[in-house]
Amino acid sequence: MGDHLVRIENVDMRYGGEGGVLAVSGLNIAVEKGEFAAVVGPSGCGKSTLMRLVTGLHIPQTGSVVVAGQQVTKPVSIVGMAFQNPTMLPWRTTLDNILLPLEIVDKHRKRLRAHKAEYVAQAERLLEIVGLKGFGDKFPWQLSGGMQQRANLCRALIHEPELLMLDEPFGALDAFTREELWQVIRDLHAQQDVTIVLVTHDLREAVYLADRVFVMSARPGRVLHEHKIDFPRPRELELMYDPAFTKKVQELRGEIADARQVA
Amino acid sequence: MSMSGTKKSGINWIALAPWIYTIGLFVVWELAVRLFAIRPTILPAPSAIVGALYQYWPAIQRHSIQTLFTTTLGFGLAVVGGLALGLLIGWSRMIYAGLYPLMVGFNAIPKVAVVPILVIWFGIGTIPAVLTAFLIAFFPIVVNVATGLATIEPETEDVLRALGARKMDIMLKVGIPRSMPYFFGSLKVAITLAFVGSVISETIAANSGLGYMMAAAQSQFNVPLVFAGLIMLAIEGIVMYAVMAWVETRMTGWAHRSQLANA
Ligand SMILES: Nc1ncnc2c1ncn2[C@@H]1O[C@H](COP(=O)(O)OP(=O)(O)O)[C@@H](O)[C@H]1O
Ligand SMILES: [Mg+2]
Repeated sequence: MGDHLVRIENVDMRYGGEGGVLAVSGLNIAVEKGEFAAVVGPSGCGKSTLMRLVTGLHIPQTGSVVVAGQQVTKPVSIVGMAFQNPTMLPWRTTLDNILLPLEIVDKHRKRLRAHKAEYVAQAERLLEIVGLKGFGDKFPWQLSGGMQQRANLCRALIHEPELLMLDEPFGALDAFTREELWQVIRDLHAQQDVTIVLVTHDLREAVYLADRVFVMSARPGRVLHEHKIDFPRPRELELMYDPAFTKKVQELRGEIADARQVA
Repeated sequence: MSMSGTKKSGINWIALAPWIYTIGLFVVWELAVRLFAIRPTILPAPSAIVGALYQYWPAIQRHSIQTLFTTTLGFGLAVVGGLALGLLIGWSRMIYAGLYPLMVGFNAIPKVAVVPILVIWFGIGTIPAVLTAFLIAFFPIVVNVATGLATIEPETEDVLRALGARKMDIMLKVGIPRSMPYFFGSLKVAITLAFVGSVISETIAANSGLGYMMAAAQSQFNVPLVFAGLIMLAIEGIVMYAVMAWVETRMTGWAHRSQLANA
């Protein structure tokens, strides 16, 4: 219980002041350190809102958000974020894009100039893990969508965050590229000492990657069900043809369908 | 590539086309004037205009330099002022909301109506011409720079803010580089407008410059000289436009290449 990296308790988040949109209500989520958690739910149920609450981009009206033992009251730089849109800056090379967070995070920006080589080596190591070795000096627009998303993951990890928040990062990719990236993120999680929260609408993705899956209700979002997924690791793609895997996915699908009915 | 015909004949017709069409225009013009015996006081033939250019060259040269000077100075002020105001407007929603209607209203005023006021304040001559060029050229620069800042992807901003980025960080790392293609793109429009401004002012209230020269020539029914002034304006306009186009591709090549890559 004490080892939760993220703990959200009874959180209400309303956009646009009194009478605005109540995005999440009575939200409770706890993610253990080192865990890979996935959040699934009908669209518009507040998944992205959850991301923003955890990263401190929004502060909830009621309830508490605790990350790494600290009440979140402002952006917390121990997290990295990646979205569906890779948002690489086109005037920077891939390597310089990946180094961007270091120019922002207080701890690193002071050291960056003096220890540039060290950070570049770190970036290149990440590029190698995601399968982009040697692409650092290419510009983002010279890379395919899948490659940009790999680089995006490197950028999210360069400042060695304890928590990686991914908001539908593979939503815009084709099926093959998506499966490749599942393996990339699986390996990243295995090799780095990082806790991951993945928001997705792909139930197979959630079950394949996560240790724990949270199913959210329609807006205002709250957690309806929580599933422990204990297929042994490392998981291979073949796992998806396992009847137990399919059964789990079906179960989740049923719950989401119910959640949408209620709305 | 294969369409340009470079392989076949060894002549790059595409590159020659502007010259061919320009020469063609003047040839047709010359023939038409001769064929229909149009009086030089209505439409002088190109040969008559060349004659005027030769005959009045010292004066034409002096007035051309004056116009180039007032235009460039007004344009330079517009670049500095437009960039500064554009950044200020793009900085905050508040300032944007407050200033935008004012600017649209101001831009709607025909600048020719402002010249008399400038004359009251500064007398006739160089200063009203410079200021008119400035006033007319600076609006597109402001709008473009502000647009570049206002269209930052929200995800990019979220990623950086979650890392603890301040407004200034986001401006320096993303906003300003991002608005540069918009800024440099607006220079071509701005320099063209700057010529409009300076010539309007010179025509109404000056004793030098091409606008003044043409107005004076017109009152003496020296139509070939009026047209010689037009030709000089066209040449100055084309040269300055080409310079701005060159600056644009030099400074923000990444924007063009990234667009090509995405196309
Ligand atoms: N900035 C905002 N202002 C007002 N309403 C918002 C804002 N962001 C999201 N919402 C609303 O809150 C609800 C949850 O949004 P979101 O968290 O983006 O859902 P999801 O990511 O699950 O699709 C939606 O109904 C959405 O319209
Ligand atoms: Mg979302």
